[in-house]
Amino acid sequence: MSRPSASTSSSSRSSRSRYGKEVKELQDALNQNKIESKRDAIRKIIDAMTRGKDVSMLFPDVAKNMETSNLELKKLVYLYIINYAKIMPDLAVMAVNSFRKDARDKTNPFLRALAIRTMGCIRVKLITEYLLDPLKESIKDEDSYVRKTAAICISKLYDVSPELIEEQGLLKLLENLLNDGNAMVVANAVCALLIVQESKGTTMLQLNPFTIQKILTAMNECNEWGVIYCLDALAMYIPEDGKEAEAILERVSPRLNHNNPGVVLSACKIMMKFLDYLQNPETIRQNALKMTAPLISLLSLGKEPEIQYVALKNINLIIQKRPIIIEKDIKVFFCNFNDPIYIKLQKLEVLAKLANNDNIQQILHELKEYTQEVDVEFVRKAVRTIGRCAIKLEKAAEKCVTALWECLKTKVNYVVMESIIVIRDIFRKYPRKYEMILKDLCENLKSLEDPEAKASMIWIIGEYVDTIENADTLLANFSENFKDEPANVQHQILVAVMKLFLQRPNDGKELIHNLLKTATIECENPDLRDRAYIYWRMLSTDPELAKKIVFTERPTISDSSYTIENELLDKLIENIGNLSSVYTKKPESFVKKLRDVLNSKIADKIDDVYDQDQLMDGRPEDYSDQQGGQSNVYDNTYDTSSQIQSQIQQQQIQQVSQKIDLLELDDNQPQQQQIPQQQQQIPQQQQIPQQQQQIPPQQTQQPNQTQNVRIPFAEVLSVNTPGAQSQIQGLSVEAAFQKNGDKIVLDLKITNKTQDKTFSDFGIKFNKNPFKLQPDAIEIQCQPVFPGQTQVTQSYINTNGPVSEEPPQMPYKIQVAFKTNLDVFYFFIPMSLSVLFSSTASITQQKFIELSQAQNLARKQEVLQIQIDPQRMKEKLERNYFFLIGVRKDERGVELLSYAATLVNGMALLANVIHTPTAINLQLQVPHPTLMPLLYQAIGFILTLN
Amino acid sequence: MISSLSFINQKGEILIYRVYKDDISRSEITQFCAKMIATKENKESPIINIDQTSFIHISIKDIIILATTKTDVNVAMVLEFLYQLSKICKSYFQGILDENCIKKNFVLIYEILDEVLDYGIPQIADPNILQKFIQEGGIQQETSMNIERLRQLTVTITGAVSWRPTGLHYEKNELYLDIIESVNLLISAKDTVLRAEVVGSIELKSKLTGMPECQIGMNDKLLMGKQARTTKQNGGIAIDDMKFHPCVGLPKFEKDRTITFIPPDGHFQLMSYRISENINIPFKVNVIYSDISENKLEIRLKIKSIYDKNVYGTNIAVKVPVPKNTVNVISATALGKAKHEIEEQSVIWRIKKLQGDVETSLRCDISLGATNKEQTWSKPPLKMEFQIPMFTSSGLRVRFLKVMEKGAYKTNKWIRYLTRGGEYLHRL
Repeated sequence: MSRPSASTSSSSRSSRSRYGKEVKELQDALNQNKIESKRDAIRKIIDAMTRGKDVSMLFPDVAKNMETSNLELKKLVYLYIINYAKIMPDLAVMAVNSFRKDARDKTNPFLRALAIRTMGCIRVKLITEYLLDPLKESIKDEDSYVRKTAAICISKLYDVSPELIEEQGLLKLLENLLNDGNAMVVANAVCALLIVQESKGTTMLQLNPFTIQKILTAMNECNEWGVIYCLDALAMYIPEDGKEAEAILERVSPRLNHNNPGVVLSACKIMMKFLDYLQNPETIRQNALKMTAPLISLLSLGKEPEIQYVALKNINLIIQKRPIIIEKDIKVFFCNFNDPIYIKLQKLEVLAKLANNDNIQQILHELKEYTQEVDVEFVRKAVRTIGRCAIKLEKAAEKCVTALWECLKTKVNYVVMESIIVIRDIFRKYPRKYEMILKDLCENLKSLEDPEAKASMIWIIGEYVDTIENADTLLANFSENFKDEPANVQHQILVAVMKLFLQRPNDGKELIHNLLKTATIECENPDLRDRAYIYWRMLSTDPELAKKIVFTERPTISDSSYTIENELLDKLIENIGNLSSVYTKKPESFVKKLRDVLNSKIADKIDDVYDQDQLMDGRPEDYSDQQGGQSNVYDNTYDTSSQIQSQIQQQQIQQVSQKIDLLELDDNQPQQQQIPQQQQQIPQQQQIPQQQQQIPPQQTQQPNQTQNVRIPFAEVLSVNTPGAQSQIQGLSVEAAFQKNGDKIVLDLKITNKTQDKTFSDFGIKFNKNPFKLQPDAIEIQCQPVFPGQTQVTQSYINTNGPVSEEPPQMPYKIQVAFKTNLDVFYFFIPMSLSVLFSSTASITQQKFIELSQAQNLARKQEVLQIQIDPQRMKEKLERNYFFLIGVRKDERGVELLSYAATLVNGMALLANVIHTPTAINLQLQVPHPTLMPLLYQAIGFILTLN
Repeated sequence: MISSLSFINQKGEILIYRVYKDDISRSEITQFCAKMIATKENKESPIINIDQTSFIHISIKDIIILATTKTDVNVAMVLEFLYQLSKICKSYFQGILDENCIKKNFVLIYEILDEVLDYGIPQIADPNILQKFIQEGGIQQETSMNIERLRQLTVTITGAVSWRPTGLHYEKNELYLDIIESVNLLISAKDTVLRAEVVGSIELKSKLTGMPECQIGMNDKLLMGKQARTTKQNGGIAIDDMKFHPCVGLPKFEKDRTITFIPPDGHFQLMSYRISENINIPFKVNVIYSDISENKLEIRLKIKSIYDKNVYGTNIAVKVPVPKNTVNVISATALGKAKHEIEEQSVIWRIKKLQGDVETSLRCDISLGATNKEQTWSKPPLKMEFQIPMFTSSGLRVRFLKVMEKGAYKTNKWIRYLTRGGEYLHRL
């Protein structure tokens, strides 16, 4: 019989009839009494199953044999049942009794364990319930082999019926197994808890000093696999302090000498993570160096190539985080002739990272050797690596260029092409430094099949039109096939010819004329056509200016394209040895389960975001944190806490006044108190005109406000809040800081809710704050506010005030003293960070890359659950001075937008933004962690408000 | 964790297929197989992700062992597990793992797969223990009836000393120790040493009664004390890295650098190590390729053994690469035989026995056929294979080997040394 690879449903009729006969024979054999004939029959069935044949119709006949006392036969029957139970749930119920009986077998622990293990694999909800009793008993079994099987079984059944398992308290029982006396049982319990944790999305394995001790102890006694589960669990622990981290490291580091690479890498994972918690540089160094030899051993010749591959991928991460670990041992990364290609490519990757001015000679020597090998992919990457070294190491660049020069001379097609591509980058990085190789470059024009190589060559010619004498003929040759070239080559031809014309008008005149004509009339590519049009216009208006623009200085490039962003790197370090470290991707990007859990968490977050939106709609209580906002406490409805809170409140008020006293507001206060009395009589006369004047300020505001997001007013002073000096109540103030062009303004809405008092002579002063904000003038230009009236005012704010060393808190509030004719009020005005964004874009792409790699930045992933058109999003951010720095696409084509804003104090805020139809994923980087929630909030405001 | 395991033959047919979690379908495996066959050279990474499923595989000769998963598993662990699984199979099938024996023993393999993984989580992979309770034809009836025996087994599987069953008895206690070193060497065309490394292992065969504790001491620098660090000759050997069998207590080793262990029964690898300093390179090789004319090439090769005079190298094979278009080779040598082997694209010079401190040479006259000149010949490196008994390239020696057990306990101990060529390469 041939071996079909798919099911037999499609097989021909003749084979089907023969097949039917076979089935009949098997049925007969299964129903016989002789154990041998049964065994033979079921072996045949399993064989057919392996080959992908459908033998499910035999289920009843096979299942009948479950109750056999022959263990081998039983195992085969179980194997069959596991395979088909899912598609035949009704029949699977038949198996339940046998499991229940076997799980309670008095004599044979293997039989009990087999039943427990197998019943967990029958993933049919219907029968889970019947299995719980035997499972519960097996958790308390006297035999550790049964208990360790039971631990895993709980995680199996959890995946089938999570609610049932939780209701029945099995998770609790699983947790209790952490206290088991047998190390393998503990290790399996740890593993099972982590599996449940992953599906459930909440912490199941409580890691605290107590459980950590348990795990560490178990690790000493269980087998190598158990050690791995223990280590992987430990890696999730966040140590209390450096001391604890060091103590754990001491217990973990001996595992680096284990024979199993899984153990070694898991130990490295903990070491890498916990080193961050140590303070003493010497301890860090010593611990880090412990990893060196074990890691290199993973690359010994003769080690399994697949394991070497995983090791190389992880070494690549580890040395980016802590280069000290592998500094000297470059030779192990030299490629062996017989290494599989995937290892060779990884080794080149590591070599490029390790290259420095001391070892470059040696590395270059190796790389040159590789360029003579036959595998095209490997050779090209070797050439590219030479180029990377040149860009990375300025001092060694010349040596690298010499090496590339030799590559050019080989005349081997793919070597030459790759060399040209990297030489382009080198010319870009070191302009006009290595002109000596131009001649050899120009000799290789014919063999350029690869469009990128061709485009690179043309770019080089364009760049050196003044040096390359026959540049005009060369470019003319390239232009001949202009229309048939791929877009990037066309593009470069256009740019190069433009450069030729600007530098050598006489030689390029005809060429540019024809080219612009072709490009504008015959080309369909809009980018190219537009560029041609722009050039045309530029040339026809001001050729000198055009020259300036075309030959403008370009930002320098660096070898950062291969480094992993720090935020991702940290995440990957946490997953050393795992698949994510090999894919260099976050786990949730390829594990659906994790993503589902994450999404449900995001759903929770949406609520938070909405809460934050509301807070700006005038629910000031949301603004307050434990530090207390002035206004909200009186709105507070919980009785017990309100008294305490009001006490705190009062203390705070005192503190506030003390603080502001320090601001020397005291000097003003006597005046403030005097002035009101003088002016108190005036207001009534002005009552009527006042009402009319009330509106204009708002109107005049509006045109200005259209540009920036308008932050809604928040109540900052409630009518019930008494003044600090005369305890006057009845004044309500709503306030909002706004950005208005490049100015920061404070909008105040002052409402007089008293029956008989008139407020006037307003003044405002800020407490010291981190961004040095202060009003331009203390006095507020405002008409007196009569009872029942509201006035809206606007004050300009500058950033020359005194500075407070305290970092901003979330929510960010400015403490102010608000002076009126009658009393002085103290309150906080909330502020959106977006108001502090500087209106000029000062961060270049280069700077952005530098900043994003800086070590001392705080990083966080956030998700904004809002639906917004991507164009609108970009426009809104840009309009609020959150500037687009660059756009990248990852391998899946997802657009990653890089944004940056500068705060008025010069701090840079960075964000990588991924737009999705349902949410916006943010990757925030700020110089101080307390700015994180503020930035998140600010972006939320910008995108949700108008 | 692992969702499924399969054994696949060269044609991409599934020989063994065991599912541990039902998040994977057979069709995904067959698709992967089809892909593997299509890209026959197996150039791709051993770990690939297709549609959210990760395929992790190793190749043992013509057999591919494939694990699939949908989670972010510890892939280093999975790969190591797959290799250990292949070793388990080999231990059952007399060192062979091929399509034939898989087909013949598929029932047994399924039984093993049921025990080594539970829900895709590695449980036990020690062949010695597995063989105690998984046998072709099932556990013998008498064992499965003997409660005491069964209990001992489960204790062994889950116990702290899971590698050694209790109650062993031998008439004579014997312990054999082998130090086996592979020299990996890479020498550039200009005769500079690019890489020299010894990967060694200490293999033990124990036939010991009871639960004895053993201790081993070597002339390792760290074991001998740190004071001698500056004087290399007396200070012992600097071992870069050591890896131990699980039976060696690692915390104790970390504390006082003593290697103490309760050995498994029978043959096992106690430790492996790596040394990269002060390696005694056993052979000096000198080779000259000279183009006589367009279709004539001459190779002159000299090797010199630089180990002690009373040590003999055996089974020496020097693989001298020759161009593809080699038509005829005339070789002349005083020692051994040289032969052109077309499949290997080399002349292989074999010497049965070579005393220390001896120089010998080979000369080959090669006639070349017509060739298209475009592809220049990229010479692969020259490779040497050899075995040198009673010699260690690293200089490592066993200083003592103790077996400690209660009562009058006598043990016969044997110690042997062997160095062989690993990746012993000269670039040309």
